[in-house]
Amino acid sequence: MSSARIEAAHEDVPPGRPIRGKWIFRLASTLLVVVGALQLCKATGLISIGFANWRPTMFAFVLWGVALGASQVLKYGEIGKQTLFVLPALLFTAAMVIFPTIFGLYIAFTDWNLNAQSGHHFNGIDNLRTLWADAYFWNALGNMIFYVATVIVQYAIAFGLALLLNADIRARKFFRVAFLLPFMLSPVAVSWMIGKSLTENRFGPLANFARWLGWENPAFFTDPWIARTTIISMDSWIWIPFMVILLLAGLQALPLDVKEAAKVDGANWWQTFWEITFPLMLPVSVTAIVLRAIFELKLADLVINVTAGGPGGATDTISSFVYREYRDRSNVGYATMVAEVYLILIIIFITLLLKAVSRYMQKMT
Amino acid sequence: MTTAIGANARAEEHEVEAGSIASWVARFGGKAVVYGLLIAWTFIALFPIYWTLSTSLKLGKDVTQGHLIPWVDFSPSWRGWQSLGLSPDTIFATSNVREEFLKKFINSVICSIGASALAVVIGSLAAYGLSRFDYKFGPWRNKDISFFFVSQLILPPVVLALPFLVLYKELALLDTRTGLALVYTLVVLPIVIWVMRDQFDTIPSEMEQAALVDGCSIWGAFVRIVLPMALPGMVAAFILSLVLCWNEYFFASLLTGFDAQTLPVMVASQTGSHGINWWTIAALATAAITPLLLIGIFLERYIVMGLTAGAGK
Repeated sequence: MSSARIEAAHEDVPPGRPIRGKWIFRLASTLLVVVGALQLCKATGLISIGFANWRPTMFAFVLWGVALGASQVLKYGEIGKQTLFVLPALLFTAAMVIFPTIFGLYIAFTDWNLNAQSGHHFNGIDNLRTLWADAYFWNALGNMIFYVATVIVQYAIAFGLALLLNADIRARKFFRVAFLLPFMLSPVAVSWMIGKSLTENRFGPLANFARWLGWENPAFFTDPWIARTTIISMDSWIWIPFMVILLLAGLQALPLDVKEAAKVDGANWWQTFWEITFPLMLPVSVTAIVLRAIFELKLADLVINVTAGGPGGATDTISSFVYREYRDRSNVGYATMVAEVYLILIIIFITLLLKAVSRYMQKMT
Repeated sequence: MTTAIGANARAEEHEVEAGSIASWVARFGGKAVVYGLLIAWTFIALFPIYWTLSTSLKLGKDVTQGHLIPWVDFSPSWRGWQSLGLSPDTIFATSNVREEFLKKFINSVICSIGASALAVVIGSLAAYGLSRFDYKFGPWRNKDISFFFVSQLILPPVVLALPFLVLYKELALLDTRTGLALVYTLVVLPIVIWVMRDQFDTIPSEMEQAALVDGCSIWGAFVRIVLPMALPGMVAAFILSLVLCWNEYFFASLLTGFDAQTLPVMVASQTGSHGINWWTIAALATAAITPLLLIGIFLERYIVMGLTAGAGK
């Protein structure tokens, strides 16, 4: 996979154009600053004229973005056109991520409660202290560690399924489609399908099956550890197809001659697997595990809709915990602080994880 | 001597026969195990879906008695679908519930398709740029820009949810389809860029370079030469984004209230409330999952293509 770089064609830019570009950009920037400042003054109560909300500022920003693009082309010609490719995505992401993140940091240090009449005040690190003392937070964090640790188990199952699909079988397409289907389902639908109906104590098939196996009073969500296992089983059910697809692609890309040589040498299946297949599959395996872990850390919908974090917060994830903090207590300030702390923890974890496996992983950028 | 050789040869033949019978049994046994496991997992994967579909055709007593197979265990009834207004006898009559359902359905469609389309457009442009050109914005090179985009994947929605709530309130985008679609675009953009970057990296640039030499502008070369070749990848990225947007719940439940609610939110609100009939929720859930099930069945190829971008090669 060679990098397919293109050298920009040299373009002689006529002298008038860069100046036009410069002025277009300056005009748009001025407009943005003026509209924004006007709105800011109105919002903080300094003056009373202005628009009803921040929308005009948003439009001014879009206009500024367009002007930026146009001025790049006018000023730099061909290079400007190249910049134009990446500009929309960059501006969009910057606007939708950077600003809310900064704003989120601000909220995290206030005591903002949407129900409170007195507005919001800066309250220093009070939120941090509350977080440190909040048993539910630590409990949710512990749950996340458990959930992410099970990714290894999910990986093992997915690998097994991928090996099965890679075997010499008929109707492979049918099995592949059938295996894929759970991944197409929304976690909300699965919450009802499995969480509320299949496991229902009185007439759910899973409960009946459990009774048949000898469990007298099957209750999948009352004991904390059983509840956690059930939740992670449901999430695995949805996401294992994701890993199966990645691993199967990796298996199908393996060179056949190495395995043939091993067979000729007399190796049995087990030896071939552990000494040839598995090591060759390490890059794909690591990629699949890291990706799955990233998505596992976001687990929220299932927990919110099946157990609402119960019993007693036993199945909570950080995301569902924050969701409840907001929904039930409108405690935006504290909830955002929890979310920001979680983000930092995730960044640390993923960075360490990537460093540890960077030897094996294929490049992701 | 000939008899000895003959005996030896016969002995060898027997050995070979015995050996191949043993290996035949091993292979057959092995195959049986493989198929058995495959069928077992197929059952695990498909049973909940089947159960939901069949429950939507049940009456109360069938639910409580745990019947499984229509026409064998119980006689199917359209009751569940009737309460949604989607059964054959009610489909042409007016139905409030059905109007509600269709409204949420259309909201889901608009938000998902809109977000996926926007993401594919700006994502492909960015991916092409990152693949072909050497950028330098201050201290940032291509590698950093790529990392900036792809690392958005790590961001849990919860971090942005509350700032967006406040932000959208100020921008009057709360409970609008545009607002939700913009958020969804943000969510799937990293995936689109990852998939398309890989796609463009595998398309050799000789043809564009030839076109550039011929006097074509970079935009012309992109649109007329590269785009047609990258189309499968774009379709794959689009479908993958569609799947992720359609099933999204977190942002939808926080940022929409009434006008722009999507299907997952509707299903969730029914799941939470008690006193709703199983067959109604089953019908609702079936209707909510059917579009993506159809996509999964017929467009599986593209989903696999999107998911394996850069991971299998």
